[in-house]
Amino acid sequence: MNIHEYQGKEVFKEYGIPVNDQEIVSTPEAARAAAQRMGTTVVVKAQVLVGGRGKAGGVKLAKTPEEAEARAKEILALTIKGIPVEKVMITPASEILREYYMSITVNRNDKNLLLMMSKAGGVDIEDLAVNRPEEIIRFPIHPTDGIDDNGLTRCLTEVFETPSLVEQAKEVVEKLYKIFQEKDCSLVEINPYALCPNPNGGDENVLMALDAKVNFDDNAVFKHTEVEEMRNPEELSADETAAKAAGLSFVSMDGYIGCMVNGAGLAMATMDIIKLYGGDPANFLDVGGSSNPQKVVDALKIITGNPKVKAILINIFGGITRCDDIANGILEAMKQISIDLPMVIRLIGTNDEEGIAILKGAGLESFSALGDAVEKVVDAAKAASA
Amino acid sequence: MSILIDETTNVIVQGATGRDGSFHARQMVADGTKIVAGVTPGKGGQKLDDIPIYSSVQEAQQEHRVDVTVIFVPPKFATGAIKEAADAGVPLIICITEGMPVLEMVENYRYVKEKGLRLIGPNCPGLISPGKCKIGIMPYKIHKEGDIGVISRSGTLTYEVVYNLTVNGMGQSTCVGIGGDPIIGTTFTDLLELFEADPGTAGVVVIGEIGGEDEERAAAFVKEKMSKPVVAFISGRTAPPGKRMGHAGAIISGGKGTPQAKVAAFEDAGVKVADKPDEIPGLMKAALGR
Repeated sequence: MNIHEYQGKEVFKEYGIPVNDQEIVSTPEAARAAAQRMGTTVVVKAQVLVGGRGKAGGVKLAKTPEEAEARAKEILALTIKGIPVEKVMITPASEILREYYMSITVNRNDKNLLLMMSKAGGVDIEDLAVNRPEEIIRFPIHPTDGIDDNGLTRCLTEVFETPSLVEQAKEVVEKLYKIFQEKDCSLVEINPYALCPNPNGGDENVLMALDAKVNFDDNAVFKHTEVEEMRNPEELSADETAAKAAGLSFVSMDGYIGCMVNGAGLAMATMDIIKLYGGDPANFLDVGGSSNPQKVVDALKIITGNPKVKAILINIFGGITRCDDIANGILEAMKQISIDLPMVIRLIGTNDEEGIAILKGAGLESFSALGDAVEKVVDAAKAASA
Repeated sequence: MSILIDETTNVIVQGATGRDGSFHARQMVADGTKIVAGVTPGKGGQKLDDIPIYSSVQEAQQEHRVDVTVIFVPPKFATGAIKEAADAGVPLIICITEGMPVLEMVENYRYVKEKGLRLIGPNCPGLISPGKCKIGIMPYKIHKEGDIGVISRSGTLTYEVVYNLTVNGMGQSTCVGIGGDPIIGTTFTDLLELFEADPGTAGVVVIGEIGGEDEERAAAFVKEKMSKPVVAFISGRTAPPGKRMGHAGAIISGGKGTPQAKVAAFEDAGVKVADKPDEIPGLMKAALGR
């Protein structure tokens, strides 16, 4: 689960990580009023749940409230990676002396947490990892023993130039780690982690989180009601939301062949094979391991509700899922909704003979080889589009 | 021959009285597995058909030799079940449960490993040595005794591959589902090492998917250490980056876990990569000179 930058900064603030003031607005007029209240040069930042906002023109500087209004108007009209911008953040512009990078993630290979830091902050960290990997300092964190204090100080000294900065950064690492553990995160990232003049006028420069990226482990959200409350409905497409409510695992794609498959691996492979045969999948859909005919009905409702879909492929390899239950679900769905699209069915595995007989009784054909079924559905979709 | 389990393996089921646990306990018995006991806290003394139920793993151990435990409890209780099995020193712990929090698994992984035990899963279908022992949820009838090892991050996709092997006359020594989560107890590499040492295995099929770098590590192991032929299949070639494809671990993030990198790593190691599951038997036959 992903949250907006402003929500991430609220979490940072709660844990005492230095962040700038912020106001979230959804109209140009409100942006102007917010800039007026701040009384300084501000940054107007699109709040969308995808990366690459800067490159898409979603982050702009405004020296006056009038400029803030104009910039907010432009940004609120943007669609970034397919997502319309509905909210912008107004925040005082900081004078940036230096930009660093800092994050904590789960290291899947070593089965621990990984702190990553760099002097080359403010750039795309994925590019940095490919092009200048030596500039990323990696420090493993033991999941149960916690942070090795001396080791961390040594590591921080490689990145931050003065003892005072090392001390500030160390506190922030400890706080990020606390957030990570207490809220079951999968990523906490500050980029840029910026050195700025002290906003309170002191001599000493301070490190501030000028961005916040916080992702949560979907499997652990049930433990944290305050995390669940931060969920943004726009993270999912309308179809994905409907699928989630029906207990289906679903991802929207751009193609025209609707898929219903049991099992995530087989569902992915089915999409790949459709592509291999010259077709294009409209969705990933795993009906799960249960044999509930209602899930089949719900799945077919979502698939047929997508106007792009020209043909449907049902691919079931029965294990826990029983082919006769799937067949009954298909017939039930055909009673409840009119399916006037070509539908190709492949049934094999547990109770396949019974399932095939049920379909045959209703005049429906089914395949046992996946390749044959995919070939047929791609042809049918192309014929329907022609 | 086989790896990890055979006809002498004694198995217990944690969560044996639950809906999934009881269904699969009965199914495993029907498929010839030696289920010696079930464990459900507070239900000691009951029976599931002929299977005695105990309130703890330790109680079950007082009456039976326990080689393997298979866990069918909801995610909220799965960490407790894994730790209980580890505390009792069960050598092989199979966790079928889907939906376990990642940070709990980071800790469980170490907990089991530090005791010198092995964990498979979570979020996996289990493992089977056809003709000897089945521990998990896979349909028995698609399998056949033979000398091909199978390792997979998926459930039904494994059935698809096994079915293709079986109908093409290639039986299996052992098939292991390692699970679709980001943190899993046993990796491709761990099992490739066991299959390489198993005289009953002639070749190995590896079924990977997007996310993580386990496939790349497996490819490096094959290149350096394996004499037996390996054939691979990678699913998720059409998956968009940043989207979780059903399995918690199936996600391309931070430029890592792409299908291209995995295919390239295998090809570099001399491993043939099938574009479709039905190509796997042909590639394996060619590699074995059959």
